[in-house]
Amino acid sequence: MTQMHHGARAAAAFDTAAAWSLALIWILPLAYAIWAAVHPSAYAAHFVPDAPLTAENFVRAWNAAPFARYFLNTFVLVSMILAAQLVLCTLAAYAFARFEFAGRDLAFILVLLQLMIMPDVLIVENYRTMTGLSLVDTIPAIGLPYMASAFGIFLLRQTFKTVPRELDEAARVEGAGPLQVLLKVYVPLAKPVYIAYGLVSVSYHWNNFLWPLIITNSVSTRPLTVGLQIFASSDQGVDWSVVTAATLMTSAPLLVAFLLFQRQFVQSFMRAGIR
Amino acid sequence: MHDAESEGVTAAPLPARAAPPRLAIHIYGWLLLLPAAVLLVAFTHYPAVETFIDSFYSTPKGRRAAALVGLDNYQAMLADPVFWRALANNAVYAASVIPLTIALALAMALLINGKIAGRAFLRLSYFTPTVLPMIAVANIWLFFYSPGYGLLDQILGLFGAATHNWLGSRDSALACLIAVAVWKDAGFFMIFYLAALQQISPQLAEAAALEGAGRWYFFRRVTAPLLMPTTLFVLVNAVINSFRLVDHIVVMTQGGPDNATALLLFYIYEVGFKFWDTAYAATLTVVLLIVLAVFALGQFVILDRRIHYQ
Repeated sequence: MTQMHHGARAAAAFDTAAAWSLALIWILPLAYAIWAAVHPSAYAAHFVPDAPLTAENFVRAWNAAPFARYFLNTFVLVSMILAAQLVLCTLAAYAFARFEFAGRDLAFILVLLQLMIMPDVLIVENYRTMTGLSLVDTIPAIGLPYMASAFGIFLLRQTFKTVPRELDEAARVEGAGPLQVLLKVYVPLAKPVYIAYGLVSVSYHWNNFLWPLIITNSVSTRPLTVGLQIFASSDQGVDWSVVTAATLMTSAPLLVAFLLFQRQFVQSFMRAGIR
Repeated sequence: MHDAESEGVTAAPLPARAAPPRLAIHIYGWLLLLPAAVLLVAFTHYPAVETFIDSFYSTPKGRRAAALVGLDNYQAMLADPVFWRALANNAVYAASVIPLTIALALAMALLINGKIAGRAFLRLSYFTPTVLPMIAVANIWLFFYSPGYGLLDQILGLFGAATHNWLGSRDSALACLIAVAVWKDAGFFMIFYLAALQQISPQLAEAAALEGAGRWYFFRRVTAPLLMPTTLFVLVNAVINSFRLVDHIVVMTQGGPDNATALLLFYIYEVGFKFWDTAYAATLTVVLLIVLAVFALGQFVILDRRIHYQ
C-alpha cells in the first residue's frame, strides 16, 4: 500500500515538473518579445536585471508607419464581416433548422463543403472575381469571401434545432410571422452561441493575413497584419526592438481582451468547436 | 400581427395558421437561404469550379486571350521540380505538425486536468499563442531564431554550441517552421481535449484504481477511446490548417532557402501573384483541392469505424 502511495506521489511530481517545463517553453518566445520591446535596443538580446525600461520602441514603431490607420481598417473589417455573418448565417441556419424546403439536404451539403474548401485556398479565382467587380484594394473585398460562413451556419443550425417546437408554435399561434418568430424566439435563446461565434470570428479575421495581403495595396485598406508585415520587412525593420514593439502593439487588443475575459474566450472556442 | 389577432377573434382558427401551405415553406426556406447562398456560390463553389476549368487553359497575356491547352498545364506541373519540392515539403510538414500538435495538446490537457499546482497559469501559457496573429508569432520567432543574436543560439551557446543560421540552412528551416506551427496550435486543440476529459466520469478512474490498473493502461483502454470523437475533430482541423496556413512562411523564409520551406499554398501564392501565371496557379490549386478532399473523405471513412460514441 505504501509503495503504491509512493508511486502515485512520484507520478504527481513528474506531472508537475512536466507541466511547468512545458509552460516555460511555451511562454519563453513571448516573454522574450516583451523583454526586447520594453528595453533599449542594446539590451534586446542582452539579459541583465538592471536593464533600463523604455517605451521608446513603441513610440518609434507608432510613428514609423500609419498604424492608427491600420487599426481603423482592421476594426472596420472585423465589424463588417461579423455583422454580415450574423445576419446571413442566422437566416440560413433558420431555414435549415425549421423549413423542410425542397433540396434542403443537398443545399446543406453544399454549404458544408466550405468547411473543407475555404476561401483561403481559392485566392487566385477570388482575386479574378474581385477584379471583375472592381473591388480590388477595398475593405469589402477582404471580407466578402468570408461573410457567408459555413461554420456559422452549421453552428447556429445546431443551436436552433434544440429550440423546443412548442415555443415556436406558441409564437405562431399568437400570429407572429416566420421572421418575427426568428427574432423573438430563436435569436434570444442562441445568445451564448452568438457570443462564442463572435469571439471566434473576430479573432480569426483580426489575425487573417494572406488574402488581405493579396487583395490590398494601399494604406487606406490594409489591415494591421499586412501593415505589420510591410513595416517589419522594410529597411527600418532591422531594429528588432522596434519590430517586436510593433508586433506586440498589433496583437495587444486581442491579447488584453483575452487576458481579461479568459474564461469566456476558452469557453467560446470550445463551444464553437464542439457542437 | 393585429390582423392575425382580429382574425382569431372573429373567425374560427384557420387551419392554414397551424400548418402553412407547403409552397410557402419552400419559398420561405429558399428566401432565407438566398443571401448566404449567393455569397457561398460566388466565393466558394464558383471559384472551385472555375479553378478546374482554368487549369485546362493558358494564362491570358496582354491581348492574347486564354486558349484551351488541354493537359499542358498538368504536364508542366509534373515536370516542375519546385512543385514536387513543395508537395514533399507539405507532406513532411503535415506529417510532423499534426501528430506533434495532437500529442502535445493531449498531454497538456491530461496534465492540467489533474490536481496540479498553478493550473490557471499553466492553461494561460499554453493557450496564449492561439490568440496571437500568425504574423506576430512569426515575427517573434524570427527574432528567436536569428543567428548568434537570437535566444535559441544564446541558450545553445551556453552549452558550447556554435551559432547556426536556423532559417537560412536547408536542413533546419522546415523544422523551424514546424516548431512554430506546433507552438501556435497545441494550446488551441488542448481546450477541446480538456472539455472532453471533463465529461469523463471520475468514477471510471476510481474503479480502475481499485482494480489496480496502471495509468498507462487506463489511458489506453478508457481515456483514449472516449476521446476519439475529439481526436477526429482536432485531426480534421489540424490537417486543414497544415494546408491552409502559410503566413509564417511569407514572414520567415519566403519559401527559401532553395525552396526548402515552400508549401503548396505558398507556391500557389508565388505563382499566382508574383509570376502572375494564373493558369498554372489554378492547376496547382486543383492539386490542393484534391488533397483536401481526399483527407476529408479518408478521415471520416477510416475513423468512423474506430470511434466510440458515448
